[in-house]
Amino acid sequence: MTRLLITLGNAYRGDDGLGPAVAESIRHRLPKDVTLIEHNGDCSKLLQLWAGAREVVLVDALVSGSPPGTLLRIDPFDCGLPRFRSSSTHALGISEAIRLAGELRMLPDSLVVYGVEAASFDLGKGLSPAVASALELLAERVLREFRGV
Amino acid sequence: MRTIKVDYLARVEGEGALYVRVKKGVVQEVKLKIFEPPRFFEAFLRDRSYSEVPDITARICGICPIAYQMSSVHALEQAFGVTVDGQLRELRRLIYCGEWIESHTLHVYMLHAPDFLGYQDSIEIARDDPELIRRGLRLKKAGNEIVRTVGGREIHPINVRVGGFYRVPSRRELAPLLEELKWARDAAYETCRWVGKLEFPDFEQDYEFVALRHPSEYPFNEGRLVSSSGLDIDICEYPQHFTELHVDYSNALQSVMHSTRSYFTGPLARYNLNYDRLPAICREAAAEAGLEAVCKNPFKSIAVRSVEILFACVEAIRIIESYEPPVRACVDIQTCAGTGHGCTEAPRGILYHRYTTDASGLIRDAVIIPPTSQNQRVIEDDLRHFVSAHLDLGQEELTWKCEQAVRNYDPCISCATHFLKLQLERE
Repeated sequence: MTRLLITLGNAYRGDDGLGPAVAESIRHRLPKDVTLIEHNGDCSKLLQLWAGAREVVLVDALVSGSPPGTLLRIDPFDCGLPRFRSSSTHALGISEAIRLAGELRMLPDSLVVYGVEAASFDLGKGLSPAVASALELLAERVLREFRGV
Repeated sequence: MRTIKVDYLARVEGEGALYVRVKKGVVQEVKLKIFEPPRFFEAFLRDRSYSEVPDITARICGICPIAYQMSSVHALEQAFGVTVDGQLRELRRLIYCGEWIESHTLHVYMLHAPDFLGYQDSIEIARDDPELIRRGLRLKKAGNEIVRTVGGREIHPINVRVGGFYRVPSRRELAPLLEELKWARDAAYETCRWVGKLEFPDFEQDYEFVALRHPSEYPFNEGRLVSSSGLDIDICEYPQHFTELHVDYSNALQSVMHSTRSYFTGPLARYNLNYDRLPAICREAAAEAGLEAVCKNPFKSIAVRSVEILFACVEAIRIIESYEPPVRACVDIQTCAGTGHGCTEAPRGILYHRYTTDASGLIRDAVIIPPTSQNQRVIEDDLRHFVSAHLDLGQEELTWKCEQAVRNYDPCISCATHFLKLQLERE
């Protein structure tokens, strides 16, 4: 298991359902050697999930101040990761988990984060129109990432 | 007037605010403000089946779902006149060991350690001492693995039910936990040695400690409720001795004992009231951690948590080594109209549940009192006394120490309803 797609998020919290929605959309289109992992909760678990993996793509809803629906590709090796604050204080967020993995030399060889700027994390299922409209483009980009295009 | 403001207190769970006002060198007012909206769990349990309660209440907290499951099943079993014993009871202790290990390790290594080592967070510690943080992460994982194996998954486990479990593990399923737990036991002992080298503020208070006490065990699920001033009651008597009060600045009800008195629940209370129930290896490790038989310094809670991690490892190993799978995963439940009380030792302290059911087992009334809401007053007391004694400190250091004083309790404000902005005004 050397190539992983890890989607993050909670389908019952509005745009946080981006990860699960991408997983659903892309599940049957992934190259055979890519394993899909759907994760929800403490991101420190990422260090275990990607142990031994060569190439990892993470997908999550983001809050960066961009307009809702904006597609973002972040290569933490290239430009570092913005310090998005964890939404929980008992669990590490994605950016903290990557920073921690960096300090502990536990990062995969290649790691790319794809995200879409969220509009709302309100209770309930369903993506906002802005995020929903970016979904297919995001899925395409993730597939291209694995194809090395 | 001096004012200190912290917009967001890190390394505690939830959102709220802290307000301290000092006038002419005297602390005038301390408010622990919890403004996270109420979550209405007690209300939406009404008219649900008793069988749903452990899974619904587990959702109150992602860190201590086992505590919610255990207090709820014990309360409902009492209402229905059922006792769960033997290996099912042992499995309940085992899954609680898992929760204590993961919750305490998270707090010791990731949330509290930076205070003592002078870092902003555990990631900064990892830069200078990666082995320390690696040990913490692996130790936490050992706890998670217990919860996953016995509970079906790590977070909000789904295998606990009133009367026992949906499915019990085989010896073979538990066996892989053993080797890692033996490593974890050694790592927990090392943790105690490590905390023994930390420096603690000199701050001892005369607390009313409240914890469960069992005739022979260090308490998880059962025991009488005892206190340092001599309270010794059955759990059913809880409502006669403890009262919940509403204060206008907090969305979490505060608890008091005997109408007015603040009290202290959690690791220090358990340790002080049950030191003689700890196995010899834990008492030995406590000494290495710099603890005596009684600890009244809340800043040393990191040491007591470390001892309790060790205890949970030792206890988990004992249970797994002597485990014989029970023939049945669950005892029969005959529902009846009644009221039951449950109180178990969550990582943060006593968690009290009371349910009234009708004859068909529908919940008619539910009361849930989490440890953090019980500790709110004592946290305010600590801040009042700490600030009073340390007005000579600079703003930045005093603010940090106030935050640390709150973190001593590992407050879970999500449970109590969330946390923290600090505002310190000095006139």
